[in-house]
Amino acid sequence: MADVAARTRSGPGRLLIAVYAVFALAATARSAVQLGTRFGDAPLAYLLSAFAAVVYVLATVCLARGDRTSRTVATVSIVVELVGVLAVGTFSLVDPAAFPDATVWSDYGRGYGFVPAVLPLLGLWWLRVSGRSLERSAGSR
Amino acid sequence: MNDVLATTLTFVALGAALWALVLVIAGQPVRPDRWHGLGALAVVALLELGLLAQAVAGIVAMVTTERELDGLSFVGYLVGPVLIVPLAAFWGLVERTRWGPGVLVIGCLTVPVMILRLGQVWNAHG
Repeated sequence: MADVAARTRSGPGRLLIAVYAVFALAATARSAVQLGTRFGDAPLAYLLSAFAAVVYVLATVCLARGDRTSRTVATVSIVVELVGVLAVGTFSLVDPAAFPDATVWSDYGRGYGFVPAVLPLLGLWWLRVSGRSLERSAGSR
Repeated sequence: MNDVLATTLTFVALGAALWALVLVIAGQPVRPDRWHGLGALAVVALLELGLLAQAVAGIVAMVTTERELDGLSFVGYLVGPVLIVPLAAFWGLVERTRWGPGVLVIGCLTVPVMILRLGQVWNAHG
């Protein structure tokens, strides 16, 4: 039990957390500037940016903490992230007029090399793999 | 804004990322007690020094310039890499597997992106 957290944040998990941290920082800084200086220009896009920032920060912190509760919160926030990038990505293509300025998730994260679309899949994969190897090591004992 | 410094830092960052990527492929953690680990850290340290110089020079340029500038974004892109690079080095050094230098790859690759955005912000109202 004691090494749940260690296992979640080590190996590929450490790399994943690093990428999440970069996105948390980028999304937070970007939305802070957008909301602080020109909120009226594109309220929907900027509120979505802020929401994305919160999701990334939550996922980063929970993956880095890595205990059982944090893993659950991380799973939920990564699922929200996946739904968000798919929904906003589709919506921004169907109705570009609603998004005069881009969010992290516009066009499935094209402005960020589509990393926002791939990242939640990697996150869920890692939570699965690290959880499974935990069960295995618990069973072999 | 110093274009020569910005271009140099872009190449140093890409070089550091490439070095770290080789460590990932070779399956080596960042080991300060080996030449390959120490070398990677030396390039990262050089990058950090250059980024600090850029931040100081950039803020001076921002204060003295006549042009209209999105100051908040500009300072963000100046200070951001100064913070990210040492954090990535720390987070990568803790990991004693090949994924450690992987963190350095990510950290170093954010630098060219932020330098690019820095230039765009500087030239936006030029």
